[in-house]
Amino acid sequence: MRRGKYPFIIGFLIVPVALYCTFVVAAYLQTFQLSLSSWSGLGPIEYVGFDNFTKLWHDELFWKSIRHNIFLLVLLPIVTIILAMVFAFLLNVGGGHRGGTTRGVWGSKVYRVIFFFPQLLALAIVAVIFGRVFGPDKSGMLNGLFPESWKPWLFLADERYAMLCILIVLIWQAVGFYVVLFSAGMGSIPAEIYEAAALDGATRITLFFRITIPLLWNTVQVAWVYLGIAAFDAFALVNIMTVDRGGPNGASSVLSLMIYRNAFEFSQAGYASALGVVLFFLTLTFAALTLRVTRRDSVEA
Amino acid sequence: MTEIFTQPAVDRRTLLRRAAAVGLLATPAVGMLSACVGSGSDDSDQEQATGTKSADNPLGIDPKAGVEIVIFNGGLGTAYATDVDTPLFNKKWPDAKITYSATEQISTVIQPRINAGNPPDMINNSGSNLMDFGAIVKAGQAAELTDLFAAPSLDIAGKTVAETLVPGAIEQGTYNGKPYAVNYSYTVFGLWYNKALFAKNNWTIPTTWADFTALCDKIKAAGITPFGYAGANASYYMVRALLTSAGKIGTEQVLKDIDNLKPGAWQADAIKQAAQAWGEIGNKYINKTFLGLKHTEVQLQQNQDKVAFYPCGSWLENEQAKDTPPGFEYAIAAYPSVTASDKLPATAINAAAGEIYFAAAKGKNPQGGKEYLRTMLSKEAALGFTKLTKSLTVVAGASDGVTISPGLTSANEAVTKAGKDIFMGYLFDTWYKKLDDESRGAVNDLMFKGGDAQKFCDRMEKASQAVAADSSITKFTRS
Repeated sequence: MRRGKYPFIIGFLIVPVALYCTFVVAAYLQTFQLSLSSWSGLGPIEYVGFDNFTKLWHDELFWKSIRHNIFLLVLLPIVTIILAMVFAFLLNVGGGHRGGTTRGVWGSKVYRVIFFFPQLLALAIVAVIFGRVFGPDKSGMLNGLFPESWKPWLFLADERYAMLCILIVLIWQAVGFYVVLFSAGMGSIPAEIYEAAALDGATRITLFFRITIPLLWNTVQVAWVYLGIAAFDAFALVNIMTVDRGGPNGASSVLSLMIYRNAFEFSQAGYASALGVVLFFLTLTFAALTLRVTRRDSVEA
Repeated sequence: MTEIFTQPAVDRRTLLRRAAAVGLLATPAVGMLSACVGSGSDDSDQEQATGTKSADNPLGIDPKAGVEIVIFNGGLGTAYATDVDTPLFNKKWPDAKITYSATEQISTVIQPRINAGNPPDMINNSGSNLMDFGAIVKAGQAAELTDLFAAPSLDIAGKTVAETLVPGAIEQGTYNGKPYAVNYSYTVFGLWYNKALFAKNNWTIPTTWADFTALCDKIKAAGITPFGYAGANASYYMVRALLTSAGKIGTEQVLKDIDNLKPGAWQADAIKQAAQAWGEIGNKYINKTFLGLKHTEVQLQQNQDKVAFYPCGSWLENEQAKDTPPGFEYAIAAYPSVTASDKLPATAINAAAGEIYFAAAKGKNPQGGKEYLRTMLSKEAALGFTKLTKSLTVVAGASDGVTISPGLTSANEAVTKAGKDIFMGYLFDTWYKKLDDESRGAVNDLMFKGGDAQKFCDRMEKASQAVAADSSITKFTRS
């Protein structure tokens, strides 16, 4: 068995590693290479040093987009995790315990399925649906629900709220998955702990804060990383839903959209690559920070 | 898949690291999306099909070589290619197999193939996802069409292809003196309205700005939004309306200056007056919610007689065909004169050849691609195209005397009335996509947020000079 170990491992690894090198590593190296050029996306490549990065530094839209990505990075994980945690708690423990087992609120099995539904829809479909929900005139779902005398809310067409609308859709789409994730986590918390606490007279709120959250902390951290990464993307929603894609006046622009538009619409593949490099380092920083935080955490534990 | 998160056997840090890797994967990598970078220019010596030139085969195509065509599937549909052009091509060249495909995402589908040195032979570069044609020309990826335009027309005896086209048709696809594109459809731009609705209310089409605003007041009083366009994705219709007015005030030279990125071009009086006049319309007569609507939504409202005037090109009637209720009669009006001293008359219109079709220079059969274009430019194909799409073509007079639809008849009349006062408009929107993008945001601000003409001019002037100063953008000029 031992003799066959290495060929066995190599046999397993060669295909994924080759794919990874071709489609991720090579593509990244090329992005770094192109970020130093003024390549239009077609034809010969001309190198211009760090010109693209200087241009980035002075590009208002770039800073706006970064701000929007950070807005998502801060709010998307927090709100999604809190909501998912509350729902998961209600579904699993919220019904109190009877006959020696804790259970969720009435009908929790049905809710669990319903919560997961948004996850099954393709993002493009979600974007189109919410485009109608946020419709700026009376044909929009929300505006249709408002009293007749109200002036229609512009939602996505209003520079102040465009990004908020995107955030809401992202949360709506993500919550279901994290409800399931947290439910699984809660399922693995021994029932005796809840029982003991309940016998000591703990209320549901105490149970949630003193038992569920501490024992679920690891899962929460995983959720944080995933949601943080989702916050760096948001491309599909912004591209489909917003006014003038990323507008009005850049009010909903994000980095991924800027990359796409520069590469494929403005014939500025070099500039787009420079944006890609920035996004690469942002993602890397985020991942490194998260890992650093969790390391300290595990030392303390 | 969720249980892996709860199994204590899985090291959490490994998991996080893995999650971080997923994030890196998800980060768009331009290098990969655009496929083999630059390889297209290296191995350009791929074998290309040719045949012997003769009177019957002026472009010297190989009668047996296949031709691959890609058509944009949009407002014009694709039936003209499959049901008219391809059968016509095969009638003359029965052994040349046409490989046909259609897409709504031209740049996503075609650009990687061009970069890989494997482009289709004839490409319809159109739609919101079209490729930057200026960049394609600069990269040497579009075949020069001089021989096509000099070749005899397929079915108009005694004339070359060039001689059968409307004035300006070739110029529009000419880059630095050489033709590279056939702009096939002939689009008439103006204010579209429902002729039946206007007749019912005794509303007459205005020719002066005072008449226009007076009529708008009447329309508003009737509970109909006088004017509208879709801010979410079709603000460039409004850009065209504004610049057409500017062109009428100060002739096409105003627009040429804009195209040539001349300093101060956007600060010209004609632009300012046009922006002022339209900003007024925006302040008083537009429905502010349109900023968040898409073009189909506003067009539908017009079909429901909730919007009176809509600025658009002559593709509108066909695009809305299935939503147009019986009794709704599309008609087009020229934009009213802004001032009494406009240099062009009120009947002047902006009409332009549009819809780029080009033969790829580095495909397998560029001559075949050109022959396909020659087929499209025959009178028979042009008439077929007009019948199917309700759009005129650049083949002059191909549909004269044929009644096809009210909108088309109206557009034809507008062209006749305008006579020599037809101008092609501007090209900066295809030359400099970034400037195009800026104009959309600026016109939305003008029309929906206060109508500040000076702000519009300043913003566009700044954007125009930024493009002029950017050495990574290929510049073009026109005269």
